[in-house]
Amino acid sequence: MITLDHITKTFGQTTAVDAVSMEVPAGSVCVLLGPSGCGKTTTMKMINRLIAPTSGKIIVDGKDNAAVDEVTLRRSIGYVIQQIGLFPNKTVEDNIAIVPDMLGWDRKRSRIRAAELLEMVNLDPEIFLKRYPKELSGGQAQRVGVVRALAADPPVLLMDEPFGAIDPINREVIQDEFMKLQARLKKTIVFVSHDIDEAVKMADRIAIFREGRLIQYSSPDDLLAHPSNSFVADFVGTDRTLKRLRLIKVEDVMVEQPCRARADDTLETAAAMMEEAGHISIVMVGPLGRARGYVTLDGARCKRGTVGEHHDKLRGVVNVDEDLRAAVSMMFTHDITWLACVDDDGFYKGYITQRGITHALGATYRDS
Amino acid sequence: MAAATLSTSTVLSTVIRLALVAGVFALGAYWESTGLLPSIFRHTDDVVYLIGQHIRLVAISGVLAILVAVPLGILLTRTPFRRYTNFVTQFVNLGTTIPTLAILALSMSFLGIGAPPTIFGLFVLTLLPILLNTIAGIRSVPPHLIEAARGMGLTQRQIPFQVELPNAAFVILAGIRTALAINVGTATLAFLIGGGGLGELIFTGIDLMDPSMLLAGAIPTALLAILVDFLVGQAQFWLIPRGVNPLR
Ligand SMILES: Nc1ncnc2c1ncn2[C@@H]1O[C@H](COP(=O)(O)OP(=O)(O)OP(=O)(O)O)[C@@H](O)[C@H]1O
Ligand SMILES: [Mg+2]
Repeated sequence: MITLDHITKTFGQTTAVDAVSMEVPAGSVCVLLGPSGCGKTTTMKMINRLIAPTSGKIIVDGKDNAAVDEVTLRRSIGYVIQQIGLFPNKTVEDNIAIVPDMLGWDRKRSRIRAAELLEMVNLDPEIFLKRYPKELSGGQAQRVGVVRALAADPPVLLMDEPFGAIDPINREVIQDEFMKLQARLKKTIVFVSHDIDEAVKMADRIAIFREGRLIQYSSPDDLLAHPSNSFVADFVGTDRTLKRLRLIKVEDVMVEQPCRARADDTLETAAAMMEEAGHISIVMVGPLGRARGYVTLDGARCKRGTVGEHHDKLRGVVNVDEDLRAAVSMMFTHDITWLACVDDDGFYKGYITQRGITHALGATYRDS
Repeated sequence: MAAATLSTSTVLSTVIRLALVAGVFALGAYWESTGLLPSIFRHTDDVVYLIGQHIRLVAISGVLAILVAVPLGILLTRTPFRRYTNFVTQFVNLGTTIPTLAILALSMSFLGIGAPPTIFGLFVLTLLPILLNTIAGIRSVPPHLIEAARGMGLTQRQIPFQVELPNAAFVILAGIRTALAINVGTATLAFLIGGGGLGELIFTGIDLMDPSMLLAGAIPTALLAILVDFLVGQAQFWLIPRGVNPLR
């Protein structure tokens, strides 16, 4: 856990960071967000003492960090900078092994570790270990920069716009990779960004800064739903409600275990089921429960025969693990108001409706 | 684009080399026919002795210059001295404009005649360009690399050796390369203050209007300069890691 206690930093006349207090729980990602020059980098660099605070205290894992030797402190905190900062004179392997080498690890162990880490970010060690930084693409260098910070398995990671220098498509890919890694490693991460979308995607908590002051510190959903003032509201954007769609999973909003029809059910049975549940359509499942198609209430009433003979193909199906953005996008694409939700194997798990989504988004506004 | 330039320059240098070899061969054939070549070889014993002396002058002054200039360059780029670096660079630049002969004359007036003033003069002459390149090389290391190094917990002592010097090595060696080649040429002036070396044959040859003697001094000097340049060039190619070596 990292605790900042009334941290202030002044450079001559400018107050870069102004009495900031915050707490980053162990194993969570805290994104420092705000316009250029608001003090994000300065705040972060005070954690590994690249910058000495003018006043205030920082506590990392229970220890006052001013009391720890600065070199020891830095070796226990992973550090990634925007320019990546791989050393051009060292191979990828040696770059990754810098901190382990300094900590006196056995050489063999540190090189095995380097190979392991490369694999974690989908870079083939056979190919990349012996390369020099100038022989890497931007995205590859960025990945190496991130795993280098993880080499000695530090509990804390500081990342200053680590994905800032790559194109948007690659950035998404690396962000996803990194989130998967983090789900496994559970590091305590302070992450500087000026991109609200990146912050919403990565953060457990977002800290909004303005002119050195901490304006709001809350979960992404809370930040988007309840910006504490107009500055925050402007900063997160007028489409903030749409951004929240990303934060909610389909399975949290869908109606679970709804009634379903089978191919050999008659349309009468299907109509009866719909009437009882108050639905205007029903999903037909296969023998094992995979979503196969659907029939509407009107269709079932005016025709005769089995569901299997008269069903229509499902126009939209969404995975329960997807976020609401994917669901809404699919509804708009197919001009429909509901979607069948399935798991990875195609089994029918529930359905999601436009009303259900608006309701879920609205819930937090009504609460307050 | 870079590859194209490279191959053009490789082709060019091959052509120049071939032309040089052909020229030397033609010259040799001509001199042989005029009897100049045999008369040059009359000086063989002197040449061998003087080459030894010449190399000693160059080696001692060169090694001393490297041993002083590189650490001095590192020192002058440390934080407490950083703000004086510009001043030092300008001062050193000024130093390099002093004519060589003046430096030799000055060092003779302090140290008398013979090898010591020669070595000192050559040392000063070689020191300056190496110092300038060391400073320039270290300053050209991007600040974010230093910051990354500090942030990962490299100590103030580790940073110059693991980051700054390796990344400046190419520029530093380039400075050493030119400085030594110039040193070889300048060492011929040693004769003027009694330091010996191949200059003895050259200047005596001029005085006696004896072209064979003059050439017996000039040709080995030129070859020595080319050899030194070649050797340091090879060191530059092989010793500097591929990641920071523009030659490979
Ligand atoms: N070494 C320094 N000397 C003087 N002023 C500084 C120094 N470092 C930062 N500042 C000032 O402190 C303020 C905060 O800078 P900081 O680098 O923390 O901003 P930031 O939020 O990281 O901005 P960006 O998004 O542009 O990176 C700025 O006004 C900056 O000019
Ligand atoms: Mg910054």
